[in-house]
Amino acid sequence: MPTAQGGTLYRGREGMWSWVAHRVTGFAIFFFLLVHVTDTALVRVSPEAYNAVIGTYQTPLMGLGEAGLVAAIVFHAFNGIRIILVDFLAKGPRYQRVMLWIVLGLFVVTMAGFLPRHLMNVFGGQ
Amino acid sequence: MTNATHGTPAVAERVGTLDAPRSPYVRKKTTRGNYELYSWVFMRASGVVLVVLVFGHLFVNLMVGDGVEAIDFAFVGGKWTNPFWQVWDLLMLWLAMIHGTNGLRTIINDYAERDVTRGVLKGLLYLAFTIVVVLGTLVIFTFEPCPAGADPELLASFCTA
Repeated sequence: MPTAQGGTLYRGREGMWSWVAHRVTGFAIFFFLLVHVTDTALVRVSPEAYNAVIGTYQTPLMGLGEAGLVAAIVFHAFNGIRIILVDFLAKGPRYQRVMLWIVLGLFVVTMAGFLPRHLMNVFGGQ
Repeated sequence: MTNATHGTPAVAERVGTLDAPRSPYVRKKTTRGNYELYSWVFMRASGVVLVVLVFGHLFVNLMVGDGVEAIDFAFVGGKWTNPFWQVWDLLMLWLAMIHGTNGLRTIINDYAERDVTRGVLKGLLYLAFTIVVVLGTLVIFTFEPCPAGADPELLASFCTA
């Protein structure tokens, strides 16, 4: 843990919390990726085996999990672009806070486009 | 000099290597190479490409048609008979796995303080990386969309046409 004499290096506010969120979402996405490649590999076993496992992805509980996964990916993607801009633009660090609020705005817009459609697919009458 | 009894004349040695006054600052040559620089560049380059690949993947699999409800063996069969999606998914698999593994390597380096813990965790990480990348790559290229003897109901329509 990064520590310094007489206190902590963590400074709070937008800079630190966006960094924390980037870590947590990246960590979660990585473990889903391990599971997802493995479940997709079942297409080499048999159509029945693949359909049985992918069927569990279509249950309400997993449907909510997919919404959370997409939310994590969308944040990680937009904040990742913000990190690149902070690193490469001359005035990037000065605008890192504004850019985080833009990231969050784009996040809300993207999720507003995705969630209704996805939740209707998962919970909509069959 | 307590150090001398342990055979480490640290102070004397340091005094002996002091720079002459006002000599220009010379950055110490590191022996580690530029690995961390390349890793930093890779995270940014692969990140930009992954935004396109992953958003495209999510859009086609979750938004188009009936979304996740429509995914089954026949759906995968339809996608992976197209070289476009084979290349798309292969690129996404490799970039995402390297990007994610490198991210976890950073997290492990930050929080695992003991050398043994760090070594074990990174060993497991690289093992998982190898298994998943090899498995995923083999599946994309050895996939049989119309396996002999399978229930035709479960296969893509072009299998029976």
